[in-house]
Amino acid sequence: MSQLVLDKLKETFGAAILETHSEFGDDTAVVDPAKWKAIAQFLRDDPALDFDMPIDMCGVDYPNRLPRMEVVMHLYSLKKRHRVRLKARVGDEDMDGAELDSVVSIWAGFNWLEREVFDMSGVRFRGHPDLRRILMYPEFEGHPLQRTYPADRTQPLVSYRTEDEAGMPLNKLEPFGHDEGMPFGRLGPHPRAEDS
Amino acid sequence: MEPLDIELEEGELELPAEPMHLNMGPSHPAMHGTVRMVLELSGETIARADVQVGYLHRGFEKMCERGTWAQVFPYVDRLNYVSPMLNNVGYALAVEKLCGIAVPDRCQWYRMALGELARISDHLTCDGAMAMELGAFTPFLWFIKAREMVWDILEEETGARLTHSFGRIGGMAEPPTPDFKKLCAAALPEILHVVEEGERLLLNNRIFLDRLENVGAISGPDAIALGWTGPCLRATGVSYDIRKVHPYLKYDEVDFDVPVGTKGDTLDRFLVRLGEIRQSKRIIEQAIARMADHGPVNCDDPRVVLPAKSEVYTTIEATIQHFKLIMEGAKVPAGEVYSYTEAGNGELGFYLVSDGSGTPYRVRIRPPCFQIVGGVAKLIEGRMLADIVPTFGSLNMIGGECDH
Repeated sequence: MSQLVLDKLKETFGAAILETHSEFGDDTAVVDPAKWKAIAQFLRDDPALDFDMPIDMCGVDYPNRLPRMEVVMHLYSLKKRHRVRLKARVGDEDMDGAELDSVVSIWAGFNWLEREVFDMSGVRFRGHPDLRRILMYPEFEGHPLQRTYPADRTQPLVSYRTEDEAGMPLNKLEPFGHDEGMPFGRLGPHPRAEDS
Repeated sequence: MEPLDIELEEGELELPAEPMHLNMGPSHPAMHGTVRMVLELSGETIARADVQVGYLHRGFEKMCERGTWAQVFPYVDRLNYVSPMLNNVGYALAVEKLCGIAVPDRCQWYRMALGELARISDHLTCDGAMAMELGAFTPFLWFIKAREMVWDILEEETGARLTHSFGRIGGMAEPPTPDFKKLCAAALPEILHVVEEGERLLLNNRIFLDRLENVGAISGPDAIALGWTGPCLRATGVSYDIRKVHPYLKYDEVDFDVPVGTKGDTLDRFLVRLGEIRQSKRIIEQAIARMADHGPVNCDDPRVVLPAKSEVYTTIEATIQHFKLIMEGAKVPAGEVYSYTEAGNGELGFYLVSDGSGTPYRVRIRPPCFQIVGGVAKLIEGRMLADIVPTFGSLNMIGGECDH
């Protein structure tokens, strides 16, 4: 039934719908980032689609692909009871050009979610009313959910006490090694940026 | 003696003209420990509010990319720490959807019964804590007494009161204990009795009602546009419950109602939660009546389920299987899935991306209260400062899941 959503999208936007699939019943459309907002507007306003509820937005980083960052949006229609997943791929290897139009004017609920995607994955949203960090603190550098951000990097606001200051040996261990706890079955090398 | 009060000529007294700024939280008793609200006050009225979250951010999603799929269970426990079982079940269902496996009927009923117990504990905590923040300490203790009975059952089943880590891909860690049904049947009427007593203390109290009624109201369309789900959305009159609309487990086979409110104010949210406690009781009763006493709990798929210990210690095949499942993790087929369940606060979604290895490529959680807290500013702007406490309390903000 909800194949309807993908058919309608293809019919209306043609070449802007780059690929579609329906794995596990989740209808997915990868769209042209330039048409991101227009497609979102259409999904909400078309009476047969009627996506009135913003569910989720997140970034998924593929550092070996271009464009690198995939922004994934989930929508739901309360009246038609169908869902759709919309994706746009943005940003080169240094995350330059990772920008999308904000959809806050269409669904108010994406306000915080877009801030979160900006904070965690580093995608900027054009026209967002208040694009600040939300989970991390303003002094934080980098975007932790990019896969090139090392998991063991710390950025304390107040630097750790040194042994000189303490006047005694602290025997402080690193939080964890960067490969610690990694299962053997992991694919590929662990991407690791040089520590600052 | 001259009078001490100073005679002021007119025009001499200077009152500040700019609005007052007030920080509420992050360590304020009514802010649940982890939220900061920067308020611009005009008198006692809130002109603007900036709600800041993130004080409990622990890098949950980053951590998940380091371990195996099964090692995510302890993390999801700590997302919503008043109903961890619902998170366990939600994550297990998401991975099972990605693997294309189904668990036996007995496990589905068991998951439902445990999940609804967790929902009762979630709603009791929220309603009780809200009453306490308004000064009603006795009903809080009453509700916590009832919650303790729920936790006693969960402790008996899982060994832990709070962080159970009880879900597994393809089943549960342990089958139900022989006394599980008896414990539930004995505790449920008792819990309801205590809840009714606590309710009577509150709902006949004029002061309590005055502080809730018409406070923090939101309309249905506004709540939908903000992405609200769960009791907070149902309080506005929108009857959207994933257990009814998109049933999972065995929810389509049990009989229960969806309580809804009318005005979407704080009182409605309070009453919807109390109504859901009664519906959860009905669901648990049906689940334990239909759950088989014997039979497998885990599915028999050797790719994801650990072999029995008796075999691990006696046969080389089971030893190897155990070793590979622990050290490499269960291999989840490459792909992506979004799976959603009804948690205590609303739609709990997991968006999982697998690259076919034993480690998740990306685990994205959609915590229900992130969007709900995102709408708080809208609820309190233009209201009095004292209205923040009941409004915020009734939304059941859980720092663990909101801040990831």
